Amino acid sequence: MKPAPFDYTAPAELSDAVTALAERPETARVLAGGQSLVLEMHYRRERPALLVDINNVRELDTITADGDALRVGALARHRAFETPTVAPGALGRLLSRVSPLIAHPPVRARGTMAGSLAWANPVSEWCATAVALDAGIELTGPAGSRLVGAGEFFLGPFRTARQPDEILTSVRLPLLPGAETGTVGVGFCEQHRTHASFAQVAVVAVLTLRDGVIVEARLGLAGAADRPVRAHEAERHLVGREPEPDVFAQAAALAAAGADPLSEPHAGVEYRRHVIGVLVRRALVQAREDSESADFFSGAGRDGHDGWEAR
Amino acid sequence: MTGRIPVRLTVNETPYDVTVEPRRLLADVLREDCDLTGTKLGCEHGVCGSCTVLVDGEGVRSCLMFAVQCAGRDIRTVEGLTADGELHAFQEAISAEHGLQCGFCTAGFVMLVVGALQEDPTIAEDPERLDGLLASNLCRCTGYEGIRRAVLRVYGKDGTRQENGTAED
Ligand SMILES: Cc1cc2nc3c(=O)[nH]c(=O)nc-3n(C[C@H](O)[C@H](O)[C@H](O)COP(=O)(O)OP(=O)(O)OC[C@H]3O[C@@H](n4cnc5c(N)ncnc54)[C@H](O)[C@@H]3O)c2cc1C
Ligand code: FES
Ligand code: FES
Repeated sequence: MKPAPFDYTAPAELSDAVTALAERPETARVLAGGQSLVLEMHYRRERPALLVDINNVRELDTITADGDALRVGALARHRAFETPTVAPGALGRLLSRVSPLIAHPPVRARGTMAGSLAWANPVSEWCATAVALDAGIELTGPAGSRLVGAGEFFLGPFRTARQPDEILTSVRLPLLPGAETGTVGVGFCEQHRTHASFAQVAVVAVLTLRDGVIVEARLGLAGAADRPVRAHEAERHLVGREPEPDVFAQAAALAAAGADPLSEPHAGVEYRRHVIGVLVRRALVQAREDSESADFFSGAGRDGHDGWEAR
Repeated sequence: MTGRIPVRLTVNETPYDVTVEPRRLLADVLREDCDLTGTKLGCEHGVCGSCTVLVDGEGVRSCLMFAVQCAGRDIRTVEGLTADGELHAFQEAISAEHGLQCGFCTAGFVMLVVGALQEDPTIAEDPERLDGLLASNLCRCTGYEGIRRAVLRVYGKDGTRQENGTAED
């Protein structure tokens, strides 16, 4: 099918976009990359009366370091994160591992990180990343801006804490400097049926190591529940222990046991649980290896910040 | 406006003044309003890539963009690759390497490859990245190997690497 008729506006100013959305919040939709919304409009599962196209709002097309966070504007496309220099140190390495597994190049040229969070597909890679990192999600409506933590933002499949009159204006990803607290290592693994398919399960792992011991662990899971979640029990098990295979295996078992995956035709609950265990272990091994090479290249037990370019 | 909106599209450096409903896909407007039928529509779900065109130099799915979004942008379709009915080096190569059979996917592959390799020719040197690129589009006839060889023929180490114009061999 073709999309049903709608009104269209594409303002250049954020304030005009906010005003346009606020006039008909229930029936209007924000158009970002369109790589989910236009598809839904083809199916006519989405029939917005008005599209507020934000692609002309230049101020949303930025990626900047803002204090201790990377501020990702709503128009930053998936492809911007393909190279590790998009952010300093471990954060850049993590984002550049995640991005190439989202769809394929032409979709990554249009789709946005912010749009992925707003859409809140439970198997979205960026949603799992945001939850793992405790990202801040900036929402701007007629009453001004507010910041919601990723842990409170996702409410269920395709459901978020965003009010209909709010635009998701930026995502704040904490930098992972590690210099004070230890060495940070990152890992990312996913299982998908074909190259450009959505993930059945995806796992983000971030380990901070000091003197050979894990001092902080973050595990973000997609496909493990009706929304992206952290594997808190597994994280607690890792902290204070050495990054050894049996410790990783125990953490993986805890993550799998604690998961409450949805069933779908090609990934039943038991299968998904099994995959979660396998991928958590692999992502943890990747994170340990990543921390070792970060250590090696910086020479001083901290992440290299070289090569980072603000955009 | 649910009604029709006048838009100036610049396709292959030629201006097209069209008046379209906002819901019209870029692919449909190219085909039906601009008479540029080289671009094909297959799945209309962003999956198959037969609708791939370049917008501001980047390969995108023209079935997942509205024409009204493209005012002021530089749109390139397969018709604009070369002048005077000559084939682009990659079109010659895809023919020489048996990279097409029915041809339905071909315009999409040509735009995908030409867009990406013009921006970054080193993709041809990295088999993993090249696979990642070619996996963007679906071909149900040739099985990709011929398409891959065609990329290497033009953009690989010993390729002619002629971005505009015909291959020398
Ligand atoms: C073939 C194909 C394969 C794909 N594979 C994957 C995959 O493997 N993993 C994955 O995660 N995704 C995948 N996607 C989806 C893609 O990543 C989308 O880009 C993403 O889900 C949504 O981002 P967008 O910018 O395109 O948003 P849009 O499609 O423009 O919008 C999606 C929804 O979010 C809302 N929205 C968007 N931006 C904002 C904002 N700033 N403020 C408020 N609301 C907003 C819209 O109103 C709409 O409801 C795939 C898509 C296709 C076509
Ligand atoms: S028709 Fe656009 S991707 Fe298939
Ligand atoms: S040549 Fe027939 S689909 Fe590719």
